[in-house]
Amino acid sequence: MDWFLENAWLVPLIPAVSFVVILLVGKRMPRQGSEVGIAAVGTSFVLSCGAAIGWIRHLQHAEPGTSALGALGRSVGRLTAEGHEAPVEPVLRSVTWFQNGGVKLTAGIQIDGLAVVMMFMVTLVSLLVHIYSVEYMRGDRRFTYFFAALSLFTASMLLLVVADNTLQLLVGWELVGVCSFMLIGHWWEEKENSSAAIKAFLTTRTGDIGLMIGVITTFFIVQRATGEGSFNIIELNRAVSEPRIGHTIVLWCALALLLGIIGKSGQFPLHTWLPDAMAGPTPVSALIHAATMVVAGVYLGLRVYPVFFHGLSIGTPGHSWINWMAGVGGITVLVGASLAFVQDDIKKVLAYSTISQLGYMVMALGVGAWTAAVFHLFTHAFFKADLFLGAGSVSHSGAHHSFDMKTDMGGLKKYMPQTYRTFVIGSLALAGIFPLAGFWSKDEILVSAGHNGYKLFLVIGLVGAVLTAAYMTRCVYLTFHGEYRGAHDPHAVPHADEAEHDPADTPALVELDAHAHAPHESNGLLLGPLWVLSFFAVFAGFLNFPHWSRFALWVDPRYPTQFQEIISEVAFNPILAAISVLGALAGGGVAWAYYTGRVEALRDLTLRNGAARVGKRLLVNKYYLDYLYEDVIVAGIRGPVAQAVYWVNQHVIDNVLNYAGRGAQALGHLTYDYVDQKGVDGLVNGLGAATGESGGVVRRIQTGRLQFYALMLVGAVGVFALALWVFT
Amino acid sequence: MIAQNVAFGIIAAAMVLGALGVVRTKNVVHAALYLVVVLAGGAAQFILLGQEFVAWVQVLVYIGAVIVLFLFGIMLTRAPMHPTESLDNSLRWPGLVVSLFLAGVLSTLLVDAYHADKVEPSEPIRTATVTKSVFTVYIIPFEVVGVLLLGALIGAVVLARKD
Amino acid sequence: MLLNQFLLLSAFLFCTGIYGVLVRKHAVLVLMSIELMLAAVNINLVAFGAFRNNAIGQVFALFVLTIAAAEVGVGLAIVLLIYRNLNSANLDDVETLKG
Repeated sequence: MDWFLENAWLVPLIPAVSFVVILLVGKRMPRQGSEVGIAAVGTSFVLSCGAAIGWIRHLQHAEPGTSALGALGRSVGRLTAEGHEAPVEPVLRSVTWFQNGGVKLTAGIQIDGLAVVMMFMVTLVSLLVHIYSVEYMRGDRRFTYFFAALSLFTASMLLLVVADNTLQLLVGWELVGVCSFMLIGHWWEEKENSSAAIKAFLTTRTGDIGLMIGVITTFFIVQRATGEGSFNIIELNRAVSEPRIGHTIVLWCALALLLGIIGKSGQFPLHTWLPDAMAGPTPVSALIHAATMVVAGVYLGLRVYPVFFHGLSIGTPGHSWINWMAGVGGITVLVGASLAFVQDDIKKVLAYSTISQLGYMVMALGVGAWTAAVFHLFTHAFFKADLFLGAGSVSHSGAHHSFDMKTDMGGLKKYMPQTYRTFVIGSLALAGIFPLAGFWSKDEILVSAGHNGYKLFLVIGLVGAVLTAAYMTRCVYLTFHGEYRGAHDPHAVPHADEAEHDPADTPALVELDAHAHAPHESNGLLLGPLWVLSFFAVFAGFLNFPHWSRFALWVDPRYPTQFQEIISEVAFNPILAAISVLGALAGGGVAWAYYTGRVEALRDLTLRNGAARVGKRLLVNKYYLDYLYEDVIVAGIRGPVAQAVYWVNQHVIDNVLNYAGRGAQALGHLTYDYVDQKGVDGLVNGLGAATGESGGVVRRIQTGRLQFYALMLVGAVGVFALALWVFT
Repeated sequence: MIAQNVAFGIIAAAMVLGALGVVRTKNVVHAALYLVVVLAGGAAQFILLGQEFVAWVQVLVYIGAVIVLFLFGIMLTRAPMHPTESLDNSLRWPGLVVSLFLAGVLSTLLVDAYHADKVEPSEPIRTATVTKSVFTVYIIPFEVVGVLLLGALIGAVVLARKD
Repeated sequence: MLLNQFLLLSAFLFCTGIYGVLVRKHAVLVLMSIELMLAAVNINLVAFGAFRNNAIGQVFALFVLTIAAAEVGVGLAIVLLIYRNLNSANLDDVETLKG
């Protein structure tokens, strides 16, 4: 079993190879490359499972008594170093790919519980998305490239996950950003898709400024601690704990990395790209913008947690009841949840929901609940992917490839029963209803927040839970209940199985045949992944069942000099759990009442009440953030700043260049006329002329007359004789 | 002693005049005849020095054969047999200068080197000595000269052929 | 008799011969001047031979003589050729090598 751990580098490598293979020969293959992608990700999934089992056994060997049957109670509030279990080393393998001076750059893997969990989750969701895409993207204009990009994305995400140094993590991070750009803009022929892709890329890039500064700072932190700089994560974590490092540098590093997390994981204020990213195909949204890429930021936070813990002083809540990380996370929870209420596009509802849940994860990190953050990341991936793929199924088979709930959906419960059930399971899990997965993970966050002294965030988390239940109820109602509103069919195409929004295939003939496009249940390739994900959404939560807590055990970073001592574990609090479930049910109930219009007092509230109207407008305009970004900041830069820069360019820089050019030209003329024509040529010509002249002179000796030569001869002899006699 | 010197003087004068005649006369045939004078004078000097063999050989070969050759040459090249305009080319004065210069140098050298040496031929050298020398010590140059003569003979014939 | 008188005589004849070689137009006259030079050389050699009371001067002079004869033969053949080609034995006309 250790083989899987040792060779976990295969897990990112196989999808990378499949990417190349699909690009090269995908089009010629019987299934246009999708089989290669599925095979590759499937293999990676198997290897990840092997790694997971291997890690569990690794733990068992190190620490007998932690087998599935031996229950250990978790100690409460383990913030100090006492009483931790025997150390278990992560499996490390690396190669040095660059070495110069004192700098050694390595590429390697660090396989511990966290990496194993991530690998499992990423490969599983990716595999399900691949299978789903075979049906969903059938007939698409760029089917093969889609699968190639999916493979590349999976490889990049796995590269990020197994990275043992921040530089490799950065590489993986950028690669997933590129893949996200490619995939969001998959149908780039429509302007809004390519704009959305650019917006996603640039917004995350803004965050990446912080990330890069942060990564560079990690190098220097290690250097300050050990004398030799390195990007290695374990060394970084160790170095940060040493008192020798000044607090300031760790704080700046944490803030810089936090900026990166804000960009990539869609935290407020850089969350605006995520809803627009829904322009991409639904499988992409499920994989990238729900389960994997957006959690890269959270994963970074998890990996180098000591930087945040020490830098932002998370462990000392008495010092301050708030810190940057928790604050950002908390605001994001509320912003995301509130904006989900006013979306008509089902995918956008889910996008804001994702933003909100990511806020929960970051908030969890901010209050010191490391294990809770991991757990929530794990469970969220399943039920969010379930919801997204469900939305895709609805659109594909029930709403003529539209995602608008208000105009094209409604009453689909009877036409698409299985989709309905999986969607509801996902929603319940998301809302945190006992005993589904979301309940356990969200509850852990709330408990830790309360226990570690971050009461404000406990409240925020509860409010967020209520709101989550409410908007998901709205979403489910609008999609599946009530009257079917999609009777008209603007996108009539004779064949039902078409990729969504593919105008290249829209024929000139528009058939208003509603019967040909009646809503129906999706086929097995779409439903299979939905059921698998629903299964996990139901049962994944039990992995961390209190007093059994296998999940926490498995991901616990046991390497003693990592940061074991700062992980807090809190016991299950049944009262708080009950409160959160009741709150969720209440929220759901209120939403049901509001949207179904059954309660008189609530009907058309926003039309009657001025305050409600203002609130709704605020939400519809997404808190005017987009306005701020695009019309204020971007236009402001585009307008006066760009004009000024243009003026400088035209008049100053260009003039400098022009004068330089003219000067060079004049110099050239001068050189030509004087130095070259007169000087050099004069010299050369003069030399030639002189030689000619002297030759002409000397030539006269060659008279051709014998006696003349004889004269010369005799004269010379005479002279020599004289010279000889004189000088001897 | 005196008689020898006087004899020398007369013969030398004749030779000098003859030499000047060779290089100054306007008549080609006369030049040849002046050359005869010089060569004869030379033979006489040889006898004065007691070297009889070479004196007679000079007369025989030089005057007898070489001058005749010259006369043939004059005839064959249709040289003017009567006095013509100057037979000198344009190098007269440079030639004179160079010759005088050379003469001066040589004279100075000779006087400087040999001013104290006297020639006193006690008795004439016998032919037998000469021939003995030629045929024993200098046999190889003798043979070479023979080959040279052969070469010259053949060469001259080949060159002058009319074909 | 002084040795020098012979040597000086020889030198004079030699220089006269040189003058003749340099100055005379007609090829045959040039050859004659060469003969003059060789005669001068002979006198020189013989004088030295007598000075040494030796046969060696004579022997050398003998060889010179022989060679002079051969040389005249060949030289005149050349002069004939020149005459045949240029129709004149005038050495001023032989200037095809003029540069």
